Amino acid sequence: MPVANIQVSETPLVLYALRRADDALILGHRLSEWCGHAPMLEEDMALSNIALDLIGQARELYGYAARIEGEDNDEDKFAYLRDVRQYRNLLLVEQPNGDFAQTLVRQFFYSAFADFYWRAMMTSRDTTLAAIAAKSEKESAYHLRHASEWIIRLGDGTDESHARAQAAIDHLWAFTGEMFAVDEGERALIDADIAVDPASLRGRWLTTLSDIVSEATLELPQNGWMQQGGRSGRHSEHLGHLLSELQSMQRTFPGLTW
Amino acid sequence: MVTALDRDTDLRRRAWDAAASVVDPEIPVLTIGDLGVLRDVVLDGDRVEVAITPTYSGCPAMNMIALEVELALERAGFRRPNVRTVLSPAWTTDWMSGEGRAKLRAYGIAPPQASSSRRALFGGQTVACPQCGSDKTELLSEFGSTSCKALWRCKACREPFDYFKCH
Repeated sequence: MPVANIQVSETPLVLYALRRADDALILGHRLSEWCGHAPMLEEDMALSNIALDLIGQARELYGYAARIEGEDNDEDKFAYLRDVRQYRNLLLVEQPNGDFAQTLVRQFFYSAFADFYWRAMMTSRDTTLAAIAAKSEKESAYHLRHASEWIIRLGDGTDESHARAQAAIDHLWAFTGEMFAVDEGERALIDADIAVDPASLRGRWLTTLSDIVSEATLELPQNGWMQQGGRSGRHSEHLGHLLSELQSMQRTFPGLTW
Repeated sequence: MVTALDRDTDLRRRAWDAAASVVDPEIPVLTIGDLGVLRDVVLDGDRVEVAITPTYSGCPAMNMIALEVELALERAGFRRPNVRTVLSPAWTTDWMSGEGRAKLRAYGIAPPQASSSRRALFGGQTVACPQCGSDKTELLSEFGSTSCKALWRCKACREPFDYFKCH
């Protein structure tokens, strides 16, 4: 018997928390796929550690979304009992790991953004969001440093690593525009000093990227067409496959606990 | 004469001491008192509420620590202890006690440096080897055996060691 999806009352604030939570959960899950498969032990531990930070951030945000929604939902239901169209994460974070370069470029694009984003959110008028941000920004600083070092090492490494890093940048670039888009509900939260206006971060984000990428002897693509849809539930084919694994236990054995 | 206020102060100290003695399951030489993870103890009649704060968002030791705190309070005679997690202000290694730092070093883990150095994107860190004290050391990996540690190596005595990251 199929397990029903939960219903979510997506007020702007619930949606806002869910979007950030989904980003963190899905990227954390992707990184966890490297556990036991990374090219070296140190990286196996690093990617698993970063995954753990992200999943921890997701739990805080889901918990908050559940409290403000005030229904019967909780962090587990948000994670395990929503289908693809109910997920609100960026398309960037659901993209497959690909090779090591693709994983690190994805992480680099996201961490450079998240680091500025959390720091800006620390002054939110919403004290819970500000507290979650204060915790998360300490972690994102490490994530960004880790990814930056790898971008330089790969780009300024061998011909092979350079080519793979450049291919990953070219491939993933089209998913970065979505980080800076906001809808009407989120605009109202920005005006109320609750949410962060991502457009205000784009200049600094781009400078961070440009500095690292040029040190890595790589190049950023010229601004082109940007793919969007994740924030409103229109995802790439990859998210469904990811969720089928993430949710398989709760879908097969409803209400299962450890 | 023993006043109600004295009794409460004494009770609260007993509750605090019981909670503070719980050790970090990953670094058993440190108590949550040493770490600064224990934030507050509030007495309300015969009930006690303890506030703890996570070191990292995803630190898997937190659930275990919360359970251990409840057990420690029950052993100390407090009924129905309640543990809640607070996020703000965010935990920082600056809260780690001097005693905690000394215990870490003796255990073979380099204690955290001042958090002012955290924002440097690259380099700028000098970490002394907890074994031989040399500062000729190098970073092997930003991420070590737990969220809160990085892996370093001493170039003088050749020993690899964990460094408790400043945070």
